[in-house]
Amino acid sequence: MRIARPVTVDEAVEALSAEPGAQLLAGGTDFCVEVNFGHRRPAAVVALRRVAELRERAVRGETVSLGAGVTYAELSGRIAEVVPALAAAARSVGSPQIRNAGTLGGNLATASPAGDTLPVLAALGAEVTLRGPAGERVLTVGELVTGVKQTSMRPGELITKIEVRRVRGAQQFLKVGTRNAMVIAIASAAVVLDRDRRELRCALGSVAPVPLRVARAEEMMSEAIDWERVEAPPGAAARFAELAAEASAPIGDHRASARYRRQAVRVICERAVNRCLRDAA
Amino acid sequence: MPPDSTSVPWPVAEGYQLSVDGRTRTVEGAWVGESLLYVLRERLGLPGAKNACEQGECGSCSVLLDGVVVCACCVLGADAAGAEVTTVEGLTATGSAKDIQEALVAGGGVQCGFCTPGFLAAITDLLARSPEADELEVREALSGNLCRCTGYGRILEAVSAVQAERRGAGVPGGLRAPGDEDGPR
Amino acid sequence: MTTSTPGPLVDDPEVGARRTSGPQTTGARTTGARVGEGALRPDGTPKAEGRFAFSSDLWIDGMLWGRTLRSPHPAARIVSIDPRPALALPGVRAVLTATDVPGRATYGLEVPDQPVFARDVVRYHGEPVAAVAADHPETARAAAEAVVVDYEPLTPLVDPTTALDSPPIHPDGNLFRHLPIRRGDPGATAAVVVEGSYEVGMQDQAFLGPESGLAVPGDDGGVELYVATQWLHVDRDQVAASLGLPVELVRLHLAGVGGAFGGREDVSLQIHLCMLALRTGRPVKMVYARDESFFGHVHRHPARMWYRHHATAEGDLVKVEARILLDGGAYLSSSNAVISNAACFAPGPYRVDNAVIDGYVVRTNNPPCGAMRGFGSVQVCFGHEAQMDKLAAALGVDPVQLRLRNALRQSDRLVTGQVLTGAVPVREVIEAAAALPLPPDAAPDGPPIARPGGAGLTADPDDVARGTGFAVSIKNVAYSEGFDDYSTARVRLEVGPGGDPVATVVVATAEVGQGFVTLAGQIVGEELGVGRVVLSPAGTAEVGSAGSSSASRQTWMSGGALQLACAAVRSELAARAASAWACPVEMVEVVTGPAPGEVRRRGTGERMRWVDLLDPPIEREEEYHHRPTRALDADGQGDAHLAVMFAAHRAVVDVDAGLGLVRVVQVATGQDVGQALNPLQVTGQIEGGIAQGVGLAVMEEIVLDQGRVRNPSFTDYLIPTTLDMPGVDAVLVEVPEPGAPYGAKGVGEPPAISSGPAVVAAIRAATGLPLERVPVRPEDIALAPRP
Repeated sequence: MRIARPVTVDEAVEALSAEPGAQLLAGGTDFCVEVNFGHRRPAAVVALRRVAELRERAVRGETVSLGAGVTYAELSGRIAEVVPALAAAARSVGSPQIRNAGTLGGNLATASPAGDTLPVLAALGAEVTLRGPAGERVLTVGELVTGVKQTSMRPGELITKIEVRRVRGAQQFLKVGTRNAMVIAIASAAVVLDRDRRELRCALGSVAPVPLRVARAEEMMSEAIDWERVEAPPGAAARFAELAAEASAPIGDHRASARYRRQAVRVICERAVNRCLRDAA
Repeated sequence: MPPDSTSVPWPVAEGYQLSVDGRTRTVEGAWVGESLLYVLRERLGLPGAKNACEQGECGSCSVLLDGVVVCACCVLGADAAGAEVTTVEGLTATGSAKDIQEALVAGGGVQCGFCTPGFLAAITDLLARSPEADELEVREALSGNLCRCTGYGRILEAVSAVQAERRGAGVPGGLRAPGDEDGPR
Repeated sequence: MTTSTPGPLVDDPEVGARRTSGPQTTGARTTGARVGEGALRPDGTPKAEGRFAFSSDLWIDGMLWGRTLRSPHPAARIVSIDPRPALALPGVRAVLTATDVPGRATYGLEVPDQPVFARDVVRYHGEPVAAVAADHPETARAAAEAVVVDYEPLTPLVDPTTALDSPPIHPDGNLFRHLPIRRGDPGATAAVVVEGSYEVGMQDQAFLGPESGLAVPGDDGGVELYVATQWLHVDRDQVAASLGLPVELVRLHLAGVGGAFGGREDVSLQIHLCMLALRTGRPVKMVYARDESFFGHVHRHPARMWYRHHATAEGDLVKVEARILLDGGAYLSSSNAVISNAACFAPGPYRVDNAVIDGYVVRTNNPPCGAMRGFGSVQVCFGHEAQMDKLAAALGVDPVQLRLRNALRQSDRLVTGQVLTGAVPVREVIEAAAALPLPPDAAPDGPPIARPGGAGLTADPDDVARGTGFAVSIKNVAYSEGFDDYSTARVRLEVGPGGDPVATVVVATAEVGQGFVTLAGQIVGEELGVGRVVLSPAGTAEVGSAGSSSASRQTWMSGGALQLACAAVRSELAARAASAWACPVEMVEVVTGPAPGEVRRRGTGERMRWVDLLDPPIEREEEYHHRPTRALDADGQGDAHLAVMFAAHRAVVDVDAGLGLVRVVQVATGQDVGQALNPLQVTGQIEGGIAQGVGLAVMEEIVLDQGRVRNPSFTDYLIPTTLDMPGVDAVLVEVPEPGAPYGAKGVGEPPAISSGPAVVAAIRAATGLPLERVPVRPEDIALAPRP
C-alpha cells in the first residue's frame, strides 16, 4: 500500500493513472474505518487532502460551487443561507469530529444509501463534475450513484466539484435515527420547493439502494400547489407523502424494519412539504 | 523499538514526517494502513488519544489536526504529513487546556477516564470557536464524544465552570456576551 | 442532601509513569481527606492529562501482538482446524488452538463450562477458536484469517422458551437454574388482579476501554499479566488452572481499566494472552477492536417475564405471581446468581405476603450472558413497575401513592422470608424523587434540535407530547446465598521521606472508574489521620483477594477491610507506646485528629510521636468478611442477602409518536445511599447509572438474527450521547446502614435499575401505548395500533 499526496487535480489524475486500482482518500471517515477493521487493503492510496482546488467553495451569482474536498463542517455560514437543506444534512452527519474531516465528494463517491447529503443534492438537481484522463464530465447525482456503494465513476476519475443552483422557494431536510445525534439515517427526505420552475422535488435516503427521486409524488404535488400563493389544498401533503412512501423500496435490517422505514418516509415527507409551504409563503 | 511491520503482507510507506505538538517526528517503516491513532500510540509513544472504537463513533481518539478536532482513527498517519497534530500530551505540555483539565477533575467529570482526553480535545476546540456557547450548543459540540461512566452531567458542568472562569478572567476567547455584565452565570 | 460541590484539588497526584522499559500499573497517591468529604480522585489529573496507563496503553520492547480467531457460526461442529497457512506467514510466531491448552480446557466464574478454545463444537457466534501472535497487529490479523477452520454448521438453539424441550447443546444440559419461591398461600387472591407479559432485550456494558492486556513470560516459568479486570484473584485462579501452573506462578497486575459495569468479571483474553506469551517466550499484547469487544464479554440477560398481581380494593398487594425466563446464552458465567436476584426481587420494593415466583435461566446458542450493573434486578424492575402502574390504573389511584402504600419498611419480610433489619427508606426515596421540581414545558419556539429526533430535525412542536413516569427499585449489596464474601487490605505505617508518617495501602480492589482509590485515601485519612496515603498498585502477588468490583460491594467490603487494617495499625501503635511507657495498653490513646500523629498516655499527659514508634514500620493485613448469608431452601426461603438498597426515579419525556422518537427531558431521583462517603462521586455514579438506564429504555440492544450478532459496533449499538442524556436532579437519602462500615450502602447499581422503567412509564404516559418490550424501538411506537 503506497500513498501519493498530490497538490493539484492534474497531479491527482496522474497519480491515479500511475496506480490503477488506487483508492482515493478524502476525509477518511469511511475508508479508514474499513482499513482499521481489515475490510479493505488497497495497493495504493491517492490522498486528496492537499489539493487546494478541491477545498474551494464559492457563491457565484445564482450558483453555489463546492469543491469535492469541502467538509461537512464547512457547509455552514454563507453556504447555509443559500442551501439550508444541504447545511442541515451536513450538520446531521456523524459527530463534529467526522464533520470536520468528511467531505462532500467523499459522501458522493462512497455512495452509501445512508449518505446524508445525497438526497439533498439529488433534490437540488446538483451537478457533479468529474475529472479523469479523458477530461471532464458532468453528472447528476442520479447518474453518478448507481447502486449500494456503487458509482459510474470510471477508472482514473475523481470528483472535483459539486454545483448547486440557488433555489427561490424553500427547502427542507429531515433525517430519522434512533439517537438524537451521531446516528446513521433510518430514513431521510429532502424536499425542495422551487418557485421559479414551479416544481416540488423530493429525494429520499436510506430507503432504496440509491438516493431516490419520487417522480409521481413530485408531479402530483407540483400540480397541486397554487404557485402564485404558494399554497396546497388540504390533504395534498398527505397524498404526496403517501406516494413517496409507496415509491420507497426499503429493506428491513437491524436498524429498522422495512415497514417502519416506509412509515417514516410518510411522516417526514408530509412534514417537509408542510414546512416548505410555510417557509415559502 | 517501534512495531515491526516488515511482515505485514502489504507494502510499507516511505518514511514520512509528522508535526506533533510542535515537534517534527519521523515515522519510518510504517504500513500505510496505520491510522494516525496507531502511529501516535504505538510508534511515537503518545497513547493519550484512546482507542475505544476505531470507527469514528466515540471521539475517544480526538486530536486537533491543523487546529480542528478530528478522530485520529479516521486519519491515515501517512496522510497527516504536513499537518499540525495536537494531542492531549501537547495540550498538557503547553498548559493551554489546564483550566479545562482542572475543571474536569474538580467537577467529577472523570471516572474511568478513558473518554477524558477525547473530551479535552473537543472542549478545547469548542471553547476556541465558541467561548460563549450555551448549554445546547455545548451538548451538540460534544455529541461525538461518548462517555459510559458519567452520564455527562459533571462534564457539562465542568465546561460551564471553565466558561465562567474564563469570562471572569477576561482571557482571550472569554468575551462577555451582551447582558452578561453581572459576571459569571 | 442534594448534589454537592467538589473540594480542593489533590496537590500531588501520582500514577505510575508509562512506557519505560517495562509495563506499568496504576498506583496512586492521595491526600488524607476524610470520609464524607468531597475528596477528588487521585488519578483524575493523570487521566485528564492523558498519562494514566490504561491496559491498551501498555507497551514493552519486543512485544508481539495477539489476535483471536472467532467462530462465524452460532452453532457448528468443528471438522478440522489447520493452522499451517497462518504459521507459514512471515512474522507469525504462534498459532494456538484447543489442543495447546496446557491445563484445564475450560473456565468459568461459577462452573468451568466454557472452553478456552472451542475444540469439537462452537456454541455461539464469536466463540474463540484460535489465537495467534505476530510481529505487527496487521500481520496478526492476516494470520488469524489464514487459519483454516472447517465448520459443519448446526441449527442453533436460539429461542430460550424452547431450550428445556430441546436436545442438550452442552454436556451440562440446557437448564442452568430453576429457582422457585413460594411464600404464604399460593391460592390467595384479591379484588383486583392485573396481568402482563414483558420482555427485555440484550444490553451491552459498552465500556469504552476495550479488553486489552500484556502478558510477559517470567524467568521462573510463570507469567506476569497486566490486564483490565474487575477481580484479579478469580482471574488468576482461572488462568492458572488452564495453564496448569500453580497460582503463585501466575501474577496478575491491574492495568488501567476503561470502565467495566460487569463486563470484565469473566475471563476474556487473559488465558489466551498468557498461553501466547509462554509459547513464544516473548511479551504479547492484545487489544480487542470494538467489534471483538462485543464478542469478547458477556451481556445483560434478555428476559421474558409474566406477572400477575393481586391487590385489595384499597390497593394493598396480596399476592405476586411471576415467571421469569432469562436467556443465559451458551455458557453459565454468573447466570445462577443473576436469576437469584431476579427471582428474589421480582415483586420490587413492596410488601407482599403471598408469592409464587419461578425463575429460570437456560442455555442457548446466543451469546453468553452474565453480569451487568443491576444484575437481575434491572430486568424484573421493568416487569414489577409496569405491573404497579397497571394496578394503579385498575384501582384508579395515583401510581406514586400506590407505591408509597406498599413500600417496604424496616422489619418487613422479602418474599424469601428474610426480615429486613437494615435501613429501608423506600418511602423516603419515593417522596424525595416525587418532590423534585418538574422541568418547564417545552417552548414551542425552542431550538428544534432539542426536540425528539435531535439533529435529524424531524419534529415540529405540534408533533411532540410529554409524559411523566415513575419507578422504584430494590437490589442487594454484595454477594448472597451463603457465599463467603470477603476483601483483604494491608496498611503499612512508616516514616516518610519528609519525616512525617506515611500510610501505604495494599489492596487488590479493581479501580474501574468507580472511585475506590479516592475512598481508600479518605478511609485511611479518617482512621489514621495521616496526610499522606500511598496506594500500591493492585496485584495478586502483593495481597489477598478483594473480591470483585461489582454488586455495589467494594465500599462496604474493601472499605471494611481497610478500616480493620487501620484499626490493627492503631492497636500496634498503642502496644508499642504501652511498651515504651511500661503501662497497660488501655492507658494509651492514639490520636488521629484533629492533630494526628501522636499517642497520649492517659492520666500523665505524656505524649509520643508516631514517627518515634515506627522503627520497624507497622504493617497489618486484615480480611473483612460480611455477615454470613444463607442458601435458599427448596421454596426459595432463607436469609440470602446481606442488605438491600433502594432508588426511585421519575422521568419526563417528549415523544414524537408519529416517528416513535423520544427525548428524555429530565430524570429526578431519590437514592438510598446509607451514608455518602464522597458526595461528588455518588453523584457521578447516579448520573452515569441513569444514562445506562435511559439507554436500555430507548436505544440499547444487541440485535440477534438466528444467534448471529447483527450490530457489534458503536455505529449500530447506540449508547446515549450528550444530546440524549437529560439533566439529572438527585437527592441522596442518607439513613446509615447498621453494620456497614461508615453506614454506607453501595451506590453504583440502583441508578441503572429503575431509571429505565421510569422512562418507559413516561413514554406510556405520553402515548397511551402498553409498550411491554424494552428497549422501546421507534417502530414500537410509530407502528403500534393507536389506543
